[in-house]
Amino acid sequence: MERLFIANRGEIAVRVIRSARELGIRTVVAVSEPDEKSHAAQLADEYRLVGPAPATRSYLDQSAVLAAALDSGCDAVHPGYGFLSENAAFAAAVIEAGLTWVGPSPEAIELMGDKARARDAARQAGVPILRGSEGAVGHGEDLIAEGRVIGYPLVVKASAGGGGRGIRLVTAEEDLVATVEVAQAEARAAFGSADVYLERFLGRARHVEVQVLGDGQDAIHLGDRDCSMQRRQQKILEEAPAPALPDAVRQRIRDSSVELARACHYRGLGTVEFLYDPETHEAAFIEMNTRLQVEHPVTEMITGLDLVREQLLVAGEGKLPLAQDEVRFRGHAFEFRLNAEDPSSGFMPSPGTLERLDWPGGPGVRIDSGFVAGSVIAPFYDSLLAKLIVWDASRTEAIARSVRALGEVDVEGVKTTLPLLQALIQRPELRDVEHHSKFLETTPELLGGAA
Amino acid sequence: MADILSPLPGIFYRKPGPDKEPYVNEGDHVDVGQTVGVVEVMKQFSEVRSDVAGTIDRFHIEDSGTVNPGDVIVTVSEA
Repeated sequence: MERLFIANRGEIAVRVIRSARELGIRTVVAVSEPDEKSHAAQLADEYRLVGPAPATRSYLDQSAVLAAALDSGCDAVHPGYGFLSENAAFAAAVIEAGLTWVGPSPEAIELMGDKARARDAARQAGVPILRGSEGAVGHGEDLIAEGRVIGYPLVVKASAGGGGRGIRLVTAEEDLVATVEVAQAEARAAFGSADVYLERFLGRARHVEVQVLGDGQDAIHLGDRDCSMQRRQQKILEEAPAPALPDAVRQRIRDSSVELARACHYRGLGTVEFLYDPETHEAAFIEMNTRLQVEHPVTEMITGLDLVREQLLVAGEGKLPLAQDEVRFRGHAFEFRLNAEDPSSGFMPSPGTLERLDWPGGPGVRIDSGFVAGSVIAPFYDSLLAKLIVWDASRTEAIARSVRALGEVDVEGVKTTLPLLQALIQRPELRDVEHHSKFLETTPELLGGAA
Repeated sequence: MADILSPLPGIFYRKPGPDKEPYVNEGDHVDVGQTVGVVEVMKQFSEVRSDVAGTIDRFHIEDSGTVNPGDVIVTVSEA
């Protein structure tokens, strides 16, 4: 791999440029018209215009992105996260064009993109799953019988959904048939497939996940994370390792995630997501994300590894660069997503020009930002401005260091979620690991002006 | 004539989805508060509504066009 095309923007484009440069790989970053002066475009060796502002006509335009990668003489494509990163057709087109795809095979992306098939693959690999239907459900009597086996409340999920989309709750048997019919119609309209399946509902669960790395033959894990602090299924604060997880549960989710990666000949970085019920100590598979994730830095902080470097090495050389017993874990890390949104007015997006941007420093503090002072936060893309990552020897110390570091952040020109992050890190529920994935929505004082 | 302005910066869409019909077309009647399009700002969608009742005269922003706050999206001939 000599010349890498980065089909993404913002902090993740910057992140990939850094690792590539250290490996001596030249970088070309895709830009839309408003991103021509972006920090990523300035940092990369070159940039290529792929279209106008709307992502559907630039970063999501598969033929424009592939043409730019070929035209700029690149021999590999890194998709980052979001956009085309989990698009099996695009991955196949990149490979077909003779370029290296920095990610899993199109077949693995497709398998994990179909939530019902992914669930079956997980079960076969010994990954704990929630009681539910085997594959997509049908109609009438069979459906009622399946519902009785699973028990209520249960959820109806779209096979082609994911990321929290396409999910409906059913609390009683008389609502099942109607809800499934509506869910099937919605799934057809939203995802192009009417397949839905049933799964037992977990109320107050935490969201934990395992980072895996595979080379198509073998696979290893790089530990676990907790991403329970969410708003509308969007993660806000993540940590590694997952706190207050019994050793047996941690071992089971790690080992079975590696088994799943091996079984589907997984190549590259992937994340196996679980719901964890702290009452019953039960962990159950949700889905596998077939890309580098936003929260990967917390894993880097506790392992000392550069995950993007590992990803590029696996893609380029086809072999795992390290063995499981070479992975060591040390300390505890938090990641805070600083979004250009106003938490005091319903998380209203806040685009604008960054007039001032002062970051914290000191030991154990890292900033992954797509922007610098003077940068314009465009209204066309997501609101992630930067990630603040904090490491310390223990969770308690990492919380104290986070409070200190968040206090040094100074952003002017746009509103940010900084006040919410500062409030969250000081909550006793977070300290005592009593939070769960609905904590934010059920704690109104955090949503209305959390200073 | 009344101008309907974009309240936000972002991308203006005339349709609720790529395969859907436009909310309204030129020549259609609109009521006060009726949705004439949506503006996407940072993946959040805000509806643009008519302040007046009347007939859609002309769209000044095409579908998927970029808008700034205060840009005229559509003019309506008041009934």
